Amino acid sequence: MIEIKDIHKSFDDNYVLKGISATFTDGMNNLIIGGSGSGKTTLLKCMVGLHAPDQGSVIYDGRDFTRLNTEERIDIRKEIGMLFQNSALFDSMTVEENIMFPLNMFTNQSKEEKLDRVNFCLERVDLKGKNKLYPSELSGGMKKRVGIARAISMQPRYLFVDEPNSGLDPKTAILIDELINEITDEYNITTVVVTHDMNSVMGIGEKIIFLYDGYKEWEGSNQEIVNADNKQLNDFVFASKFAQAAREKM
Amino acid sequence: MFTDFGRYILLLKSVFKRPEKWNIYSKNIFNEMVYIGVESIYLIGIISLFVGAVMTLQIAFQLQSDLIPRTIIGSVNRDSAILELSPTISALVLAGKIGSSISSEIGTMRVTEQIDALEIMGINAPGYLILPKILAGITMIPLLVVISIGLAILGGYMGGSFSGAISGADYYRGITEGFNPYTIAVSLVKAFFFGFIITSVSAYQGFYVKGSALEVGRASTKTVVISCISILCADYVITGLML
Ligand SMILES: Nc1ncnc2c1ncn2[C@@H]1O[C@H](COP(=O)(O)OP(=O)(O)O)[C@@H](O)[C@H]1O
Ligand SMILES: [Mg+2]
Repeated sequence: MIEIKDIHKSFDDNYVLKGISATFTDGMNNLIIGGSGSGKTTLLKCMVGLHAPDQGSVIYDGRDFTRLNTEERIDIRKEIGMLFQNSALFDSMTVEENIMFPLNMFTNQSKEEKLDRVNFCLERVDLKGKNKLYPSELSGGMKKRVGIARAISMQPRYLFVDEPNSGLDPKTAILIDELINEITDEYNITTVVVTHDMNSVMGIGEKIIFLYDGYKEWEGSNQEIVNADNKQLNDFVFASKFAQAAREKM
Repeated sequence: MFTDFGRYILLLKSVFKRPEKWNIYSKNIFNEMVYIGVESIYLIGIISLFVGAVMTLQIAFQLQSDLIPRTIIGSVNRDSAILELSPTISALVLAGKIGSSISSEIGTMRVTEQIDALEIMGINAPGYLILPKILAGITMIPLLVVISIGLAILGGYMGGSFSGAISGADYYRGITEGFNPYTIAVSLVKAFFFGFIITSVSAYQGFYVKGSALEVGRASTKTVVISCISILCADYVITGLML
């Protein structure tokens, strides 16, 4: 479980997060949603320590990340897997080397053990046998899957995902969502997904927080979201022509 | 500008933290040495030959006097190659070749979040990315400078005898006469610092790129400008202190 308490963050005079508190539950997809520029990525990066919040705390199962020293942070980071918006695979390494990289850096496993783990992860994301390809040879969806394989290679307790569907066609997007969902269930991970895609929200949004103007404007599940009585949220949920048409039929 | 310098020093501090795994680092250091050293030999070689040849012709032109022995031409070319031309011209050229490539490599990793990915894993990104480049720079650039000195002197020999400005025998006597090994030490000290400047300035510029691919390009231009100016300042200071 991850708790965040009263997170504030500004960049120069751009006040992006104005005090956000929330709880992210184990074995569940916790979604952070909101329009572009609403600070979703910033919140995610504050949680994992890529940005230092101006104020507030981030607590990983009782350990307050914002108050730890560098060594203690590294211990938590080894329990974190993250899938970046554009996958952030290392260009100079093959798929296999990308997934093996954290194992090389942090474990003393033998070459065979590491290779077994890589192949297991690759199979898990349906990319068996793609070991020797370079990131530039992969499609967007494949990159995301390699990104997931790399994120799970160290068996994380916490998985952070930034816009899993950006740049993917709707069908591939759903496959990626399902994969994240399955992995979260299987390993009972605390998963935090940032998205602005309503398909994901409806598909995997077990627990949702909606950011607007730097505040947590609404909180609930995908069951509740369509009937929620919140103007900002309704504007966001029913922004697309498709959703509006569907709503009129309801 | 002062905040920039402070950030540069802080970055260097994290670069020199104890590495996580030496065997991975040593592989990276080797690769960087090949890139910075071996793959620059050709360029530095050609430039040095020509600079040596041209210098010899110019010195011969300026010293047309019966009072001055012709052998001086060789000695002057040797000393200017060792003390100034080889280290400085090599460094300026390498600031363009290596500096801009390091800064765009690291800058691209920044804007595509690859550096964030390293940090999320708990890896000291400055150490992992920058230390091998700096170590390769401070070892390979002195080596390149030694090669450059050799070729500049050879270039003088070839240029001088082809054009008839100085006979091969006179030139040879000139370069062997009155040689002071201390000049080589000065040259290597310069090369060491130039290597450090080129790799660390470019890494700094790349590491703090913000935004997009456009900024990556700007950072590498800035790298070349700042490295060149820093090289020339360091050149002046080292020369002043050591000679
Ligand atoms: N590293 C940064 N430096 C300065 N401003 C930033 C930085 N990252 C994000 N911002 C600003 O913070 C705001 C929120 O950005 P972001 O969190 O990326 O939004 P989202 O992910 O919801 O689209 C934007 O106005 C953006 O310009
Ligand atoms: Mg974002």
